[in-house]
Amino acid sequence: MANVIARGRSDTSTVLMVGALLGVFMILALLMAAGAKDTGMAVQAWTFIGLAGAFLVGMSMWAGQLLGRNPFDQSEYENAIVKWGVAASMFWGIAGLLVGVVIALQLTFPHFMYFPEWGFTNFGRLRPLHTSAVIFAFGGNVLLATSFYVVQRTCRARLAGGMWPWFVFWGYQIFIVLAATGYLLGITQSKEYAEPEWYVDWWLTLVWVAYLLVFLGTIWKRKEPHIYVANWFYLSFIVTIAMLHIVNNLSVPVSFTGSKSVQVFSGVQDAMTQWWYGHNAVGFFLTTGFLAIMYYFIPKRVNRPVYSYRLSIVHFWSLIFIYIWAGPHHLHYTALPQWAQTLGMTFSVMLWMPSWGGMINGVMTLSGAWDKLRTDPVVRMMVVSLAFYGMSTFEGPLMSVRAVNSLSHYTEWGIGHVHSGALGWVGYISFGALYCLVPWLWKKKALFSKSLVEWHFWVSTIGILFYMISMWFAGITEGLMWRAYNEFGFLEYSFVETVDAKHISYMIRALGGLLYFSGACLMAYNLVRTVLGHGEAESFDTIDPKYARPHQPVLQPAE
Amino acid sequence: MGLMNKHVVLERHSLLLTICILIVVSIGGIIQMVPLMYMDNTIERVDGMRPYTPLELAGRDIYVREGCYVCHSQMVRPLRDEVERYGHYSLAAESMYDHPFQWGSKRTGPDLARVGGKYSAEWQVDHLKDPRSVVPESVMPPYAFLADKTLKFDGIKDRLKTERLVGVPYTDEMIENAKVHLVAQADPDNLGYDDVDGLVEAYTAASGREGTVEARDYDGDPTRITEMDALVAYLQMTGTLVDFSTYEAGDLKNRR
Amino acid sequence: MYEMLSSFAQTGGMIYFVLLFAGVLAYALWPRNQEKFDAAARMPLSDKEPNDD
Repeated sequence: MANVIARGRSDTSTVLMVGALLGVFMILALLMAAGAKDTGMAVQAWTFIGLAGAFLVGMSMWAGQLLGRNPFDQSEYENAIVKWGVAASMFWGIAGLLVGVVIALQLTFPHFMYFPEWGFTNFGRLRPLHTSAVIFAFGGNVLLATSFYVVQRTCRARLAGGMWPWFVFWGYQIFIVLAATGYLLGITQSKEYAEPEWYVDWWLTLVWVAYLLVFLGTIWKRKEPHIYVANWFYLSFIVTIAMLHIVNNLSVPVSFTGSKSVQVFSGVQDAMTQWWYGHNAVGFFLTTGFLAIMYYFIPKRVNRPVYSYRLSIVHFWSLIFIYIWAGPHHLHYTALPQWAQTLGMTFSVMLWMPSWGGMINGVMTLSGAWDKLRTDPVVRMMVVSLAFYGMSTFEGPLMSVRAVNSLSHYTEWGIGHVHSGALGWVGYISFGALYCLVPWLWKKKALFSKSLVEWHFWVSTIGILFYMISMWFAGITEGLMWRAYNEFGFLEYSFVETVDAKHISYMIRALGGLLYFSGACLMAYNLVRTVLGHGEAESFDTIDPKYARPHQPVLQPAE
Repeated sequence: MGLMNKHVVLERHSLLLTICILIVVSIGGIIQMVPLMYMDNTIERVDGMRPYTPLELAGRDIYVREGCYVCHSQMVRPLRDEVERYGHYSLAAESMYDHPFQWGSKRTGPDLARVGGKYSAEWQVDHLKDPRSVVPESVMPPYAFLADKTLKFDGIKDRLKTERLVGVPYTDEMIENAKVHLVAQADPDNLGYDDVDGLVEAYTAASGREGTVEARDYDGDPTRITEMDALVAYLQMTGTLVDFSTYEAGDLKNRR
Repeated sequence: MYEMLSSFAQTGGMIYFVLLFAGVLAYALWPRNQEKFDAAARMPLSDKEPNDD
């Protein structure tokens, strides 16, 4: 397969290969549906057949219209898949944020969308839906789209593998739908951020291997002598996620036609494996992947090379080395041996340095062009994302210290910490990249409305602040209440009093989430109008498309 | 100098770069995780631990299905307030049969590692059906549907077999009688006492301690075995297997 | 076995990290590499298509 992906001339045969692969899996799914041991399995199998079938039909219709034309012209970049990726990112982003608002409201008003007769929309099933939708569906699609865009430009080569990138894209969407509908049906292996059951894990593994080969294949075809640092970050994201995914999901299915599986590890070993996975999903999915975006989109947008390429090399190796050790800080004071906890804590504190090195590298890229912070809200969004990154990568090491962790663990502080990283860092750098990509890809002079970007920025920033401050307050309050003693030496508060104490914080959090969600809706509207060519988004129709991106004189750094 | 030129090779050859990344990211994990795989030899074997009975296992599967771990931890830390609130801190051995572990990461609700026996089964059923009827300030979702759903346990034998495959010491007899044991535990009145005795005997032998197996109609509906029966059976046994009666920290008068 | 492996985890990790860090630092700061890095840093700024030279 690797050879086929690398060689351009046999590209059209990849259409047949992808078709055959889909056919094989549809037959397997049919067998699973026929012998399904539980309703969940049957629903999942039929969902797969429907989606894979739609992909197959769509692909056949598209291939039928080609009439001998080579669809994979090597002298052009593959832009269509990036466009689809942008659309998918925006769609899943809105969906995931909406579910987030719903579950925030459920904790505030525990009647909201609760139906005693059936549990489909209970918090326990919707929370994995929210986390998976924003991390894997939104974040994952942003990473797919941007990595496909960046690797082609920095290698000056069309995406390798002909039809295979499309298999990666649609295969990944099938993974998302199977995981999401599975959660609603109660299909989960209860490992946080790795909830999908065994057959979905296998499917994702297949898609991921194809992704790795497409990415590597494109790098192999490159016309530039070096591999740009953004691609290092993307590569470490793809490779490490593959490793984490496979090890953390080692499980034995109870039946090959049933949805349930049993984890190979148990107890302490399973906990260690899970948080090695969980922490590095943050490190390699939500950090290195998005740092790759930073290393391409910020220099590109402000039209200046990255502040220090040397720093980026040190940043890369020390970040990926240190991150992988930090997992046990999720298990302080548990039954995990203490040496492992201490090791995790030490590396977590060390992690602060490469994180800030990367942040400084990104921010200083603007030196000599600081005015863009004021004039270009998209640049501002990306720089503020780095500020949030710096903040949460300072807060993280702090929370990994055992003494702090004894207070912060199990509380809303953790939720606040995650969201300052997720909404501030991952969200804003992604929004920045999408705001860049839409005019570039659809060949427009500018976005439909710059002032809508301003509105998006301020509405979401206020939303993030509401979210973070309310969760800090709630977390520290409940942490202190749990350990409060009265003058007789008894515990001061019952547990439910600490729940009650968070009600106002929960309301402010829900409002913050709603504001952030509204900002994303403004963005979606702005992007749709941009694609339609309305407002300031004048088309470049009459000009050579290669000059579609804004040209400015390149300034030397450090002046 | 030669070394430096080699790095150019690495940078120009994506496959080498990939392999180097893989080495760097895998070593940390290996060094941290491999020692834990040898922990079985050194961990103190505590008395009382036994595999879950078929009904408890079915209940645990419902606990997982409903995502209870999202809001409830099962890991009491050795901190004074936690030990007084929840009971003796959790031991590593207590989750040795948990595939996967249920330690959780967030306490939107209280820790459940030692909830077994803390409330009556009737309270658990009322609370699950309508949490706010017994705890007005609660934000927990209602689970009334569990009492309406008949428990499906056709596959319980295969379920136990798979557990054994990953190392849980179910005996041939336990696997053979899985269905009988399940029915006997949830519905002891409608079966011969022999079946109940068989269940108690098999799992007491595995535990090595008397009184770790309870058989009763958990949900107050003797006409059938529901998912509520299974879940409450599981909740009522969590954290009860090891005998901590000699520890003062777990003294009931200090709990809230 | 457990004792041996866990004590290695606590010492070997540090040594491994220091060596790796020194190596990366040396590579990044090696004067000869400056030119190459400058070229690499300019890669995103080019607007070339696959067939341009």
